[in-house]
Amino acid sequence: MDSLQSKIVPVGTLLAILVVAWYAFAVMLNGPFQRDLDRRAGETPGQLEFLMRTWSQPKPTLPAPHQVAQNFYKSTFTVKPWSNRSLIYHAWVTLSSTFVGFAFGAALGILIAVGIVHFASLDRSLMPWIITSQTIPILAIAPMVVVVFASIGITGLFPKALISTYLSFFPVAVGMVKGLRSPEVMHLDLMRTYNATRPQVFWKLRVPASLPFLFASMKVAVAASLVGAIVAELPTGAVAGIGAKLLNGAYYSQTIDIWAALVAGSLVAVMLVALVGLAGRITDYAMGGRPA
Amino acid sequence: MNAIASHKPAPAIPVTQSGVADVVAASKLGLVFNTNDGPVQALSNVDLTIGKGEFVSFIGPSGCGKTTLLRVIADLEKPTSGTIMVNGMTPEQARERRAYGYVFQAAALFPWRTIADNVALPLEIMGISKAERAERIRRTLELVNLAGFEKKYPWQLSGGMQQRASIARALAFDADLLLMDEPFGALDEIVRDHLNQQLLELWARTNKTICFVTHSIPEAVYLSTRIVVMSPRPGRVTDIIDTNLPRERPLDVRESPEFLAIAARVRDGLKAGHSYED
Repeated sequence: MDSLQSKIVPVGTLLAILVVAWYAFAVMLNGPFQRDLDRRAGETPGQLEFLMRTWSQPKPTLPAPHQVAQNFYKSTFTVKPWSNRSLIYHAWVTLSSTFVGFAFGAALGILIAVGIVHFASLDRSLMPWIITSQTIPILAIAPMVVVVFASIGITGLFPKALISTYLSFFPVAVGMVKGLRSPEVMHLDLMRTYNATRPQVFWKLRVPASLPFLFASMKVAVAASLVGAIVAELPTGAVAGIGAKLLNGAYYSQTIDIWAALVAGSLVAVMLVALVGLAGRITDYAMGGRPA
Repeated sequence: MNAIASHKPAPAIPVTQSGVADVVAASKLGLVFNTNDGPVQALSNVDLTIGKGEFVSFIGPSGCGKTTLLRVIADLEKPTSGTIMVNGMTPEQARERRAYGYVFQAAALFPWRTIADNVALPLEIMGISKAERAERIRRTLELVNLAGFEKKYPWQLSGGMQQRASIARALAFDADLLLMDEPFGALDEIVRDHLNQQLLELWARTNKTICFVTHSIPEAVYLSTRIVVMSPRPGRVTDIIDTNLPRERPLDVRESPEFLAIAARVRDGLKAGHSYED
């Protein structure tokens, strides 16, 4: 596997550099507090001992990589997956609203794009609103949405999924507008020589031509969906989910917990993006794509 | 099924003195494009009739309106003056009845469809049954010597083969008129010679009327029964040359004195159209 090897070496090198830098920063950031502790205890540890102590504080400013890894391992593999202490449980809570929100967001985005491509009036009237919608900071609007829905008794998955939808429809709409408009003039002329109807042009030309754009935009959308779900969990009173885990960690200064939850969050994001990428590859293959 | 039946000539077809219906009849045809730099006269005062079974080439430098004229016949552009009839109808009616197959400069195959499915595209659009589609795909791919490549995707074929597939697609629904816009312009000389020969064979076998845009003099002379020489600014017809070469044309006909004489006349016609620029 030549291509795999050519990937592992650069990625591995970068990872190693990052880990080394991380340990260095942990010493720098945790050092002052450690010196303070040692002075009060009247101890004078050697250089190596001091380093070790900065990397094993219970509530460090910046946890060392191995502390995060240990915490991540403990709360992923050593507890029951459905227990409140399991990262799998929290990841699942966030994932389920991400999925629902993403599904709605993608569907809404496609619908908007179809409308915009087929009706000039929608192109002019809808597009400015869509762009405006994305200029509102999600951190400002998410708590309001959650609070408003909670006040009428709707809590849990739905308000969170709504925030995900709000974030994910935009890239899909923009990508699909571009995709549905991507057919060459020659292909459109060809369909005209056949006297093809608009639905025929849509299904036989515009839709297949738009699929690469759809998958590219869905990769962005699914990551945005996850961010939406996590942000929406922050003001829910921190019941469950990656967002709740982050908030809990912040309340109790459990920095290691926060970092472990962050790692879980980014693993979920990588998984989601990879999943969409895989779906895109399968579609590409089924459509006779030239192997790269 | 109406769609296939309807490409047959409508009953009320004007008949010329020779008794053969005109496939294309243009008179005082003009077309002005409104561009940002002001109006551009793409076609001016074009008079032309093309009879059934003819092979007519349009030749001229770029900007002479040869492609525009083809696009007017195909109802891809609307003329701004004069009249034009295709099969005795307006170009729009003719297009609605699928009177012609159009071959573009590039093969314009859909990359996500196999060769067979690309040929099937017009048939699907025209609502032809699956069994009938399979039969026509087989027949037309055989006609362009692409049998055995049904399941290949366009990128797996050479440029010449792709263009042949696009000709098969234009032939698949059995229109009597074939409009070809520099179909071999992007191919190398050797492939082009080969395809020219195949096109002549195909024309002889199918008895179609062919309008062929080119900027190659040998290609025009080799293929045509009639050559329409055009010149730019404004796009107009400067000469119409009837060729008297035999219908059977081996490639070496291009060294015969008759061939060279016609080529010389075409060249003169092109020069005359250009003289005012010098």
